[in-house]
Amino acid sequence: MALITDRRSLLTGAAGLGAAASLGACANARVVGFDKSRKSIDIANSSEPLSLDPHKATGSWENNIIGNMFIGLTTENSRSEPAPGMAERWEVSEDLLTWTFFLRRDAIWSDGEPCDAHDFVFAMQRILKPETLSQYASFLYPLKNAELINNPPEGTQALPAEELGVTAIDDFTLEIQLEHPAPYLPQLLKHYTAYPIPKHIYERVGDDWIKPENIVVNGPFKLVRWWSNYIIHLEKNPQFYDAANVVMEHLYFYPQNDVQAAARRVLSGEAGWATRFPSNQVEVLRRDLPGYVRVSPYLTVNYFSFNMTRAPFNDIRVRQAMSMAYDRDFVANQIYRTGEQPAYKFIPPGVYNYASTARYPWSEQPLAERKREAERLLREAGYGPNNPLRFAFSHRNTSDNPRVAVVAQNDWNSIAPWVTVELRGVENQVHYANLRAKNFDAGDGGWIGDYNDAKNFLYLFESRTGAQNYPSYNNPVYDQLVRDSDTERDDQRRAQLMLQAEELLLSEAPICCSVFINSTNLVHPDLTGYEDNIEDIHRARWFGIRA
Amino acid sequence: MLALTVRRLLVAIPTLLAIVAAAFLLMKAAPGGPFTLERQLPPEIEQRMQAKFGLDLPVGQQLARYLFGSEEGGGLIRGDFGPSMTYKDKNVIEIIAEGAPTSALLGLGAMALALLVGGGLGVMAALRQNRFQDYAVMALAIAGVCLPPLVVGPVMQLFFGVQLEWFPSQGLFRDEFALPYLVLPIVTLSLPLIAIVSRLMRASMIEAMRSNAIRTARAKGLPEAAVIWRHALPIAILPVVSYVGPALAGVMAGSFVIETVYQLPGIGKQFVYAAQQRDYTLVMGVVLIYSFLIILMNLAADIMYRVLDPRTRTA
Repeated sequence: MALITDRRSLLTGAAGLGAAASLGACANARVVGFDKSRKSIDIANSSEPLSLDPHKATGSWENNIIGNMFIGLTTENSRSEPAPGMAERWEVSEDLLTWTFFLRRDAIWSDGEPCDAHDFVFAMQRILKPETLSQYASFLYPLKNAELINNPPEGTQALPAEELGVTAIDDFTLEIQLEHPAPYLPQLLKHYTAYPIPKHIYERVGDDWIKPENIVVNGPFKLVRWWSNYIIHLEKNPQFYDAANVVMEHLYFYPQNDVQAAARRVLSGEAGWATRFPSNQVEVLRRDLPGYVRVSPYLTVNYFSFNMTRAPFNDIRVRQAMSMAYDRDFVANQIYRTGEQPAYKFIPPGVYNYASTARYPWSEQPLAERKREAERLLREAGYGPNNPLRFAFSHRNTSDNPRVAVVAQNDWNSIAPWVTVELRGVENQVHYANLRAKNFDAGDGGWIGDYNDAKNFLYLFESRTGAQNYPSYNNPVYDQLVRDSDTERDDQRRAQLMLQAEELLLSEAPICCSVFINSTNLVHPDLTGYEDNIEDIHRARWFGIRA
Repeated sequence: MLALTVRRLLVAIPTLLAIVAAAFLLMKAAPGGPFTLERQLPPEIEQRMQAKFGLDLPVGQQLARYLFGSEEGGGLIRGDFGPSMTYKDKNVIEIIAEGAPTSALLGLGAMALALLVGGGLGVMAALRQNRFQDYAVMALAIAGVCLPPLVVGPVMQLFFGVQLEWFPSQGLFRDEFALPYLVLPIVTLSLPLIAIVSRLMRASMIEAMRSNAIRTARAKGLPEAAVIWRHALPIAILPVVSYVGPALAGVMAGSFVIETVYQLPGIGKQFVYAAQQRDYTLVMGVVLIYSFLIILMNLAADIMYRVLDPRTRTA
């Protein structure tokens, strides 16, 4: 063995190792985030999907992926409005309780098997079966018998899934019966809970049907690989009925929990679309990435809950005082920087068929006046220098929430010297556990609508909603209004009922509305077919490439 | 040697059980659970989910169920790590199998680099004790220990990835495995290791060079290279070996920081996310892998000791 024979060469050898190690391979295949020749796009998606099974998914980031693989009876157009999907057209009965869908005859699964009405019946029965453990099954409760199958009242036997009001009249005609008129049914049927699943595969492999080696899809893209916490790769499905009009060949989704990293990925050219960016960097991003920044109103409201089960918030005056004294304009303009709207009402503007005129009655008053009024209310409720008001404000210690909490604390402390608010920031999981256990005084939270209808917001404070009714608001009048809106057939009268419910909510103040959040995306300016919309749903099927 | 190996592996079983029990109880002490979500589950569904994973049982029974399985089978003793509690379509083994290759490659690469570079630098510093080379190496070592990967990582990305464009700065080239993508993370991960290894190596090399054995070797008239390579190095490397064992287990079990900064699919990241989301079974799985690696690497270090140092063979 030829040993190094003197110290000098030994030393050079040792030093050389460092240099040698850094000269690895320099073959540098770089990821191009929006590759026009390969027709691929890399997408910084907000989080890691926990399931790609449409019956088990729960998040918008999962929807971003799943919605490119499956097509429901209705589907989204590029503005996320309901459009014919697997159903070419539909008819509604006189009493609005029976809907008949006529399915397209050219649709097949990606393995060539026909995708027909039986797959829909099978899928809707599966999601409602209790043993499927679907977290979103309640979505389909407007369907006849759905609730009795999924979650029967205590002490009664669950109905068999075959009793569900969904029937295949023939291979291409599907009849859906409802519990009550639901004019928003086309909205609801484009949601992933109503997607079909391949009956023939499921019968062979069971719940493993979703694994990459088994899965077949009826939508524009199919699953190639899912590498946990790293990447999901979809490629174009040539068997899709409208494949001729699908431009993109490859979609790569990265779970990007960190908004800064999402923006960096776009900045470095390694992603063509990020589904979020840090709102306080909007000016920099507008400058560095001209044409990328997309801000749009979103179906989301941030609000604070007051725990009505105990003092001090069991007193309506205290709740009203806190709602009044909170400076939502400041939060909307200074904390969020992408044109968010202060929430002087609960339901976000732009909700379908709901032109709300609801507003806090004091919304026009200047803040100083509102704070004086708040002090008066608190004194009336028995608080003062001799009986100071103290409570804790619990908040999530993620993203902008801690900064919002400081503003709220400051506003409330400034009502009077004898008001003291203590902040308690905890991680999300703990925070929501506390809210549900009513282990809080006041606490922040947010709600993203699942479908574009006011009902999806108002139901939160129905007494039957249970633990998720964080303030424990319980008002029979409110409950009745929301329930009546379910059975009202006339759109305008229905909106009127929901408006009354919203106004009641604002005046009794179980919650303090904070800010309507905008959706924020970074999108390559040469990507066509991406249109801003209130649901923030953008299907790659409509994407194109500007030369 | 064989007896030692078998004995040590047998002792490992109760050790692992104790670790499992401790980790399990610690995890249960954290508030919240896998189904405490922003959007609350209907109580019925939540009960069913809890029942599916046995979360409605007392903690003792949960642990027993995890170890020995239920009527439907499973259980750690049968090699079943169970289903993930957050991933609905994957089980723990599948998730770990997706992350482990990257983490193991990173760890092995970083350690190999650390041994070569750190070892080399340490030897150089020892042979040039109290001279310029020595001070330079030790200054580098201090810097290497003091600068955490959280700082070094992004700087390297920016400098070598974005500005010089020598190496790709994140990921693994989509869903393919491209080795150049591992260069920067390996270097980042190895810097603190290089620092520690070089300091250890320097100290023990200095000591070894002063020992009677080396004086004897020189007196026999052996060439200096043979003295260093054949006689001093095997003695001097012993402390490094005992450090490398557990350290290798540590780096192979994944680094959350490296994997997050470089956007790599490793088990370090999975472990942290699983803990945040209270995915009990996945956390347990990674803890087990890690403990097993530690035990294995310690054993390997002991065996190496015996090979390198005749004095330990009779002990």
